[in-house]
Amino acid sequence: MEDCLSKKMEITVSEAEKRTGRNAVNMQETYTAYLIETRAVESQSEGQCAPVDSLWRRYSEFELLRNYLSVTYPHIVVPPLPEKRADFVWHKLSADNMDPDFVERRRIGLENFLLRVASHPVLCQDKIFYSFLTQEGGWKEMVNETGFQLKADSRLKALNATFRVKNPDKRFTELKHYSDELQSVISHLLRVRARVADRLYGVYKVHGNYGRVFSEWSAIEKEMGDGLQSAGHHMDVYAASIDDILEEEEHYADQLKEYLFYAEALRAVCRKHELMQYDLEMAAQDLTSKKQQCEELATGTVRTFSLKGMTSKLFGQETPEQREAKIKVLEEQIQEGEEQLKSKNLEGRDFVKSAWADIERFKEQKNHDLKEALISYAVMQISMCKKGIQVWTNAKECFSKM
Amino acid sequence: AAGAPKPLPSSGPKSLREMPHPLATSSSEEMGPALTPSPDLLLPRSIADKDLSLPNGTPVDTSSPASSSSLLNRLQLDDDLDGETRDLFVTVDDPKKHVCTMETYITYRVTTKTTRAEFDLPEYSVRRRYQDFDWLRNKLEESQPTHLIPPLPEKFVVKGVVDRFSEEFVETRRKALDKFLKRITDHPVLSFNEHFNVFLTAKDLNAYKKQGMALLSKMGESVKYVTGGYKLRSRPLEFAAIGEYLDTFSLKLGTIDRIAQRIIKEQLEYLVELREYGPVYSTWGGLEAELSEPLEGVSACIGNCCTALEELSEDMTEDFLPVLREYILYSESMKNVLKKRDQVQAEYEAKLEAVALKKEDRPKVPTDVEKCQDRVECFNADLKADMERWQNNKRQDFRQLLMGMADKNIQYYEKVCGTA
Repeated sequence: MEDCLSKKMEITVSEAEKRTGRNAVNMQETYTAYLIETRAVESQSEGQCAPVDSLWRRYSEFELLRNYLSVTYPHIVVPPLPEKRADFVWHKLSADNMDPDFVERRRIGLENFLLRVASHPVLCQDKIFYSFLTQEGGWKEMVNETGFQLKADSRLKALNATFRVKNPDKRFTELKHYSDELQSVISHLLRVRARVADRLYGVYKVHGNYGRVFSEWSAIEKEMGDGLQSAGHHMDVYAASIDDILEEEEHYADQLKEYLFYAEALRAVCRKHELMQYDLEMAAQDLTSKKQQCEELATGTVRTFSLKGMTSKLFGQETPEQREAKIKVLEEQIQEGEEQLKSKNLEGRDFVKSAWADIERFKEQKNHDLKEALISYAVMQISMCKKGIQVWTNAKECFSKM
Repeated sequence: AAGAPKPLPSSGPKSLREMPHPLATSSSEEMGPALTPSPDLLLPRSIADKDLSLPNGTPVDTSSPASSSSLLNRLQLDDDLDGETRDLFVTVDDPKKHVCTMETYITYRVTTKTTRAEFDLPEYSVRRRYQDFDWLRNKLEESQPTHLIPPLPEKFVVKGVVDRFSEEFVETRRKALDKFLKRITDHPVLSFNEHFNVFLTAKDLNAYKKQGMALLSKMGESVKYVTGGYKLRSRPLEFAAIGEYLDTFSLKLGTIDRIAQRIIKEQLEYLVELREYGPVYSTWGGLEAELSEPLEGVSACIGNCCTALEELSEDMTEDFLPVLREYILYSESMKNVLKKRDQVQAEYEAKLEAVALKKEDRPKVPTDVEKCQDRVECFNADLKADMERWQNNKRQDFRQLLMGMADKNIQYYEKVCGTA
């Protein structure tokens, strides 16, 4: 298997810059552009420092790339983009897209996206992806020329439309159910986490008031003064420490968000299977009914009700020549239909095979990533506790000197 | 009975004459000539006029100002009663609920262990209710108006908001009542008060209460220092300073009380969110195969967080806040004592002025003015001594309180750390 692109090329999204320009309807708009830097890895091992190529892209171009990939590789769980708008914010975080913290986190998210695609065995070989990274001008036109929009199935966008599929692959049904539940539970988790962060912020910040009042109190005391004053300082430190703690936690939240959006991608693959299966079954049904019609015309028996049959009864039977012609047309259609059905079947089976392979790959990746995320979350909590112990121990020492 | 009184057992060999006058080091310049003590009015003379004979020098009637000042030497030499010289131990415990037809109330067991001669037995155990403590405090205020009487926990609780019979409330109150009695026990003057003695020992306190009321009405001139309508000329600097200090002090304590309450409130709201947060991880764990263990782990950890946080908030509510409030009450009662002191001084100044206006050439100052002067001096002395003791105790109390607060927080974090 060919090496992934990620092994051959270093990819970073290193900067973000505010730009103003004119949009499609010639209105002035502000947007953020991101600098993508790439460097070939091989030449580095030769002792040479390879030159860095770079180009600027904005979020909408990333979106275009992803849409292209989703349509072109429907059997792949395509990595998601970081969120378009800041969601699950707690009060101190800004919901503003222009907020520097949001932009920074988005920069990291976009880099992560590119790295995910570049390390995917199938996706990394895509030419459009490669051009996205290396070709500044004319990329948009190139993408549109692939005509991928035509291939896009609008039905896939209708999330809740149900198709009565008779024989779906049970694994996909279960998987779709799983992805729905996963989305639901992670959303819930992120919402509550945001509230938890908000409350924790409040607790820490109120302690800052102790700093001020201890200082004021120490002014009227003689022996107690120094102890109170320095303890107050520690309370200030405590109150300030929450900012860094919660910033680190945002990283954890972002990791969860990635898998929230990944769940959507997973669902899309399942839906694609459902649709293919539906089309297959419809085609099979159509074929069956055509065969039946053919048989009826040939033998003259009407087994099924049809409007044509009724009208022919009402307005008189058709001539044998007419009947012959109809049978011929039907036979042709039946032949076509059978070929189509064959190819659809093959397509379906191929899809299931390749999709399931990628799903297994995804499952492993998900388990690995989330386990790491949970571990690092626990480490964060331990570190927060240790800081807490430190501060209060210091304060206690100050009190003991009162 | 002229001459120095018999040496008190706990005092050193120094005689009273060698004692520096308590007001000598204060800024006597500001006080004006009227209050500068002349050698004739030094303590020994006042004491010589009274009979203080009890084998160990304990005054019979502790409500007389002169007798209080006679104990100055004890105050000066024996400021801190350390464990070895302590001869009186009092504890409040064992709260019990009593249900009667008229009312329901709680009594506490008050246990006394002592080697003091004022007590007939070495040990006592009686039951008292809040009313009785309240009565004791009033009696002490009446009979020892020149001293700082420790505060009681708040008398009235808003029904419906606080459950008077809940374990937490009763325990908080018990601790405060225990502190109250211990503070009195530690006080060199108050601990010898006769009402205190009865409180600790009498089987039927109510009978004594009734008798006390009768006695009071029999007494001629009440020893109340409530004088009205005299304007104070100049407050001695040190008492002005104490007054200012107490104002700022109780203000700051009030702020700390509000901050602490706010923190507890925020912590409880945090707790509410945590309680929802933990189970979500569990739910997720139910969806997963390989990840279910770590997810359950996080869920359990958050659960432990909740428990630890609950304990922290409870501790702060039960141990930290009540002590703060106690000191605020303490400051208020102290300010009242300061006001009384002002009144006593004002009365003295007024009387002195009245005498001066009469323009009579008297070699001696009339006795009632003398008495006033005595009162002032003794009041000042008692108050000063009490203030010093109070400052010291306050420092210890707050040191302990704040260290306790720090400790509880440390414990919380250690608990959470452990489970993480």
